[in-house]
Amino acid sequence: MSTFLGLDYATWWYLVVGASFSGYAILDGFDLGAGAIHLFFNKEESRRTALNAIGPVWDGNEVWLVIGGGALFAGFPKVYAAVFSAFYIPFTLFLIALITRAISIEFRSKEPMLWWRKCWDICYCGSSITVTFALGLILGNCLLGLPIDQDGVYRGGTFDFLNPYAVMVGITTLALFMMHGAIYLVMKTEKRLYTKLTIIVRNTTISFVICVLLLSFYTILYIPHLSHQIKSHVWLFGVPVIMVLAIANITRSITKQKYLPAFFSSALTISLLLVIVAIELYPNLVLSSLNESWNLTVHNAASSEKTLGILLVIAAIGVPLVATYTTFVFWTFKGKVRLDEMSY
Amino acid sequence: MSVEILSRIQFAFTISFHYIYPPLSIGLGLVMVCMEAMYLRTGNKLYETMTKFYTRVFALIFGIGVATGIVMEFEFGTNWATYSKYVGDVFGSALSAEGIFAFALESGFLGLLLFGWNRVKPRTHFFATVMVTLGSMFSAIWIVVANSWQQTPAGFHIVGSGMNARAEITDFWAMVFNPSAVDRVLHVWVGAFLAGSFLVLSISAWYLLHRKYQDFAKASFRIALVVALVSSWTQLFLGDRSAKVVARYQPVKLAAMEGHFDSLAPAPMYLFGWVDQNKEQVHGLGVPGGLSFLTYGNFHAPIQGLNATAPENRPGQVNGVFQVYHLMIAVGSLMILLTTIAAFWFRRDTLFNKRWVLWIFVWSVLLPQLGNQAGWFTAEMGRQPWVVYGLLRTSNALSQAVRANQVVFSLILFVFVYMGLFALFLFLLNRKIQHGPYWATEEMHSSMHKDMAEHFGHGKGQPAEQ
Repeated sequence: MSTFLGLDYATWWYLVVGASFSGYAILDGFDLGAGAIHLFFNKEESRRTALNAIGPVWDGNEVWLVIGGGALFAGFPKVYAAVFSAFYIPFTLFLIALITRAISIEFRSKEPMLWWRKCWDICYCGSSITVTFALGLILGNCLLGLPIDQDGVYRGGTFDFLNPYAVMVGITTLALFMMHGAIYLVMKTEKRLYTKLTIIVRNTTISFVICVLLLSFYTILYIPHLSHQIKSHVWLFGVPVIMVLAIANITRSITKQKYLPAFFSSALTISLLLVIVAIELYPNLVLSSLNESWNLTVHNAASSEKTLGILLVIAAIGVPLVATYTTFVFWTFKGKVRLDEMSY
Repeated sequence: MSVEILSRIQFAFTISFHYIYPPLSIGLGLVMVCMEAMYLRTGNKLYETMTKFYTRVFALIFGIGVATGIVMEFEFGTNWATYSKYVGDVFGSALSAEGIFAFALESGFLGLLLFGWNRVKPRTHFFATVMVTLGSMFSAIWIVVANSWQQTPAGFHIVGSGMNARAEITDFWAMVFNPSAVDRVLHVWVGAFLAGSFLVLSISAWYLLHRKYQDFAKASFRIALVVALVSSWTQLFLGDRSAKVVARYQPVKLAAMEGHFDSLAPAPMYLFGWVDQNKEQVHGLGVPGGLSFLTYGNFHAPIQGLNATAPENRPGQVNGVFQVYHLMIAVGSLMILLTTIAAFWFRRDTLFNKRWVLWIFVWSVLLPQLGNQAGWFTAEMGRQPWVVYGLLRTSNALSQAVRANQVVFSLILFVFVYMGLFALFLFLLNRKIQHGPYWATEEMHSSMHKDMAEHFGHGKGQPAEQ
């Protein structure tokens, strides 16, 4: 098996997939969160400003979902096939919500009528919540393990995805993104909307802390396989420690009204949560709740070595490119939102 | 209905709907690049107005294209899990390359294209427009490469058997440049240029007929007519090349396209007709030996007929394939005729006085759409019963875990949402056209762009007819 810097290709690709999904969670996380808190704003002007704060970047953020999905398809086709066909209903709803969201953002500003804009505001907020919740729900189910057989075919019921743990992960994801989105918006706004957002930031941060505490207790108490790795390798405990410090720094920064550090801390929190997930699952990608030997692992679900090599080259060329022009776009639109004739 | 039929209906429906938009984005992108290049060259405000107006139209189209496109990527996993496992190694790398090289490029720069007018220099903005257009063209490359691999697989070997069989790459570049890839990418590109340019032609013709924004409309019409004329003639040659590739690598599909059953006979080329699949006959008007001539340059060369292949390995709907193929040819010819005559009258300066021609152009926006859809239906229905030609049957490609009632649920939801989406799209497109290019003229010009126009010393091209 060929290796690069001591890790085999499949593990490298596991890291790439993980990085794309955490890139997606950090980037689309703030615009999904901004959508989820959209209805807290009452004035048309505030809603318009909030929408334009994510206007130039949301589409670029969503690309990471396409990249993550493609990366999974290419590197671990068995996982892609198993997970997507297992969650047929949640993914359908997720897709419908994603479409609704995209067109709400696009169509809202096209007509001046108040009823028109209100309708799209509701669609935008509702679909952002649905997308976020569905993502959390699917993640939660994957953490629990799926009833898949030796061919990776799902053998559970149609509505098995609705279980308390998955719902809890869904709610926590929603709280996390709402906080993340609120922090992003507060950086982009001024005057009264800014003041209002400082309150929303505080409240969403409190709800996130409550959710993440409950979820951690629940996980540690009832789902032993999700703390196994950290339990057996003490030095890995450093990861949750850093995460707790990052969360603490969010609260510290927002008290001082320093929102950029708060935003980076919440981005760090998101990625560390996913790092913990990655540590606990590795080398598995999908746990089979029927038989441990049917787990889909980094090695038995991976594409051929040749393909993984090609994929790594594609990623090595592509990712720096994407990072460069993403930074350029964010830089161009830095600072507070300015509305002009081409705005939403 | 079975899961297979339902999943096929859903995939056909979602992809046909999706495919209304990407060709429009690519084609309109190209026309916008031409317009903005004219603006940079001449500094004429008219071209800036034009670019801005079509940018708004572009935003509408692009948004729906992205939203409906993500559905496609996910549907492989949800409905076609066995297929995903089978092709993941090959198809997945093309799809990832699409995501990272193409989709990221267009979506990244879209923000600048739409909202960057007052934030960056005109040249940087032009760069963004070019990048968005290139990104959408690169997207087409990877997606068509992946699809072409399903038509003419190359650069792989099969590992495992039964449920665990899958194709693995042995030669990446042989996979990318599989026998049909290059011709089909070009064919799709030019189809997209036609879609975009005919949209501009249609909008411009409508303005001219209503005597609105005439300078604007004439100038846009001219740019789009050049693109459409060149594209429609180019398409004739590219279509011919693609058909030759089909003849060589997918003879069964070619036979279905012309409803040719008998193996030993030269095949006619029909202008129109009807295939009677039971009697193995075609009723219609055709050029005897026409297909033989086009394929081998000889009216008497025999063409492999459908009877040479066992019935279970042939497309089920021969008449369907025949009809969509001939629809594509008819539409393509019509576009050549229309653009050529229009160009002739344009040169003689009489085009804009012929109202009936302008009315044809208003409705001609449907032609490339019909042609693109018909072309893809030919390609995909003609490939049946295979999803990967000669290797994996469509009926074996399904998700084992998915039940018919789940697909019914999602299909109903998609139909419902897409219908609403299409109605809204038409409504908003119409409103944008009605608004015209000059609304909010005052604010539309940033100080930077004003400076630039003065710098170039052009004062003309003002919206005088307002």
